[in-house]
Amino acid sequence: MTLVTEPNLQDHDGFYADLLSVHKGLSEAESHALNARLILILANHIGDLAVLKKALELARKS
Amino acid sequence: MAYDYQPFEFTPPPGLTANEPRHKVVIVGAGPIGLAAALELARHDVPSVVVDDNNVVSIGSRAICWSKRSLEIFDRLGIAERMLAKGVTWKVGRTYHGAEEVFNFDLLPEDGHKMPAFINLQQYYVEQYLVEAAQQSPLIDLRFKNKVTDLSQTADSAQVEIETPDGAYTLAADYLLACDGAGSPIRKMMGLEFDGELFEDRFLIADIEMEADFPSERRFWFEPEFHEGQSALLHRQPDNIYRIDLQLGWDADPDHEKKPEVVIPRIERVVGHSDFRLDWVSVYTFQCRRLERFVHDRVIFVGDSAHVVSPFGARGGNGGMQDVDNLGWKLAAVVRGGDTGLLETYDSERQIATDENIANSTRATKFMTPDDGIERLFRDQTLTLAKTAGFARGWVNSGRLSRPCAYPNVAPDDGRLPEISHPGLVAPDAPQGDGWLMDHFRDVTVMAIGCAPEGAFVPELNEHMQRRYLGEADSCIYLVRPDQVIAARWVSADSQTIAAAKDALMRGQL
Ligand SMILES: Cc1cc2nc3c(=O)[nH]c(=O)nc-3n(C[C@H](O)[C@H](O)[C@H](O)COP(=O)(O)OP(=O)(O)OC[C@H]3O[C@@H](n4cnc5c(N)ncnc54)[C@H](O)[C@@H]3O)c2cc1C
Repeated sequence: MTLVTEPNLQDHDGFYADLLSVHKGLSEAESHALNARLILILANHIGDLAVLKKALELARKS
Repeated sequence: MAYDYQPFEFTPPPGLTANEPRHKVVIVGAGPIGLAAALELARHDVPSVVVDDNNVVSIGSRAICWSKRSLEIFDRLGIAERMLAKGVTWKVGRTYHGAEEVFNFDLLPEDGHKMPAFINLQQYYVEQYLVEAAQQSPLIDLRFKNKVTDLSQTADSAQVEIETPDGAYTLAADYLLACDGAGSPIRKMMGLEFDGELFEDRFLIADIEMEADFPSERRFWFEPEFHEGQSALLHRQPDNIYRIDLQLGWDADPDHEKKPEVVIPRIERVVGHSDFRLDWVSVYTFQCRRLERFVHDRVIFVGDSAHVVSPFGARGGNGGMQDVDNLGWKLAAVVRGGDTGLLETYDSERQIATDENIANSTRATKFMTPDDGIERLFRDQTLTLAKTAGFARGWVNSGRLSRPCAYPNVAPDDGRLPEISHPGLVAPDAPQGDGWLMDHFRDVTVMAIGCAPEGAFVPELNEHMQRRYLGEADSCIYLVRPDQVIAARWVSADSQTIAAAKDALMRGQL
């Protein structure tokens, strides 16, 4: 599998809103912690090292 | 009871009165690695002189966890039975966060192996057994209180200057093995870089003697209640001795932390009472470093002199034993005029293994002692997730225990044969009548099932052999190295093909 960089999520606006609201009321430190957990959960779900490496590169480059 | 250190006798070496003839092999250092190397060479009929500046076994228990692979090697050297009889056998590790268990592992879930996954046995016992075995070998000349002070090389030999209580002398050899430990004076004499990483943390390591009935398991805590915010490790050893490792932080003052009045209250909090005797205490900073190359013409680095790792994962002593395993048969062949390409493969294979050991130890140490900021954030969140999400439990890293490296050799192979006996891997053990398969792999061996090429060893076929070697195929042929690593395998092959592979193996090209 390769990393999907084309639109892939139907209701991306909806997800974006969910992402913001899950952080609601959290301190900055708590938000960082949540994000870290989220990355770990998603990485495990993706389960493909090659894809994850590409994602890491893309995130770093941006 | 405290270990009774019996000094070994100093005997004035012949070199003090007359020039000694050039030796085949001189080994510097009678730690576990130097002694094991001498015994392994003797097994291949190569004599050696072993010199050590000291005259007692390891002060403090140091290496206590010996892996299945090391035990298989010690078995060839004749001391595994003593080790098993004395040691504490274990295979389960438990990792806690606070008071809650987050992860456990079973290192040997399958039966049908002669050796257990791990035993705990103090390094001083292992060295004592090795010294006794070496002293019984007519091929090993073991010299205590012989300190190497200088080294030089010619095109075909290495020379060392040696100081003894009775004066100095010179030794020359075809090959010199530097088994002189993490601080290797030989490395320094040769001006070699020892590059790597130091972890900015300190650990208290204490052995205590107490009557207790803790299970024979490895137990590791992140942020336990009894040692707030830090990590702790508990191991059971023979003689009612327990090893306790406590993380102290970078700012801890080693001299202060070693004082009994400071150590004892810390330990009381771990074990919940004060009914114990302090046996040995030390404060360590951990490092992962390696030489760029292990073979430098006639000087070969083996064990801690070549590489050091932080101890979580027990990859120091066990990694060194695998160096010995890899080097012994190759050096024996070269000393007899064999192809020096074999020594190149010692260098390249053990470099790969070293990198693997360093990578594993570094990752575990980073997980235990994360830098402030993002490293700590991910570490803490992994621990948090481990309480609710199954996957994260396995991510909790309190040390990945020593396993033999898979050498990536390009060798004849057949995909129909099982993955676990792939070329480059240590041959998996299996029962054979009243004995074990490993006992049959002492030299270059051709093993065949379902066919019988000339000179092949045909083992008893049982369910373990079927699963570990034959798989779905009707027949198989394995070429096994003297270090019990699989060199090549076929479903069927003619004798020419097998002979060609053997030949390539002995030229260091397999
Ligand atoms: C706290 C601690 C816990 C550990 N736990 C484990 C574990 O559980 N499992 C594991 O596998 N490993 C463990 N290790 C690592 C293990 O102790 C080492 O990897 C092992 O001792 C290396 O053996 P060696 O023979 O290479 O070196 P050493 O044991 O250091 O031996 C070197 C020898 O060379 C001699 N020497 C030095 N200089 C000279 C000289 N100039 N002339 C002559 N002789 C000389 C020394 O006297 C010494 O006898 C641990 C280490 C520590 C410190």
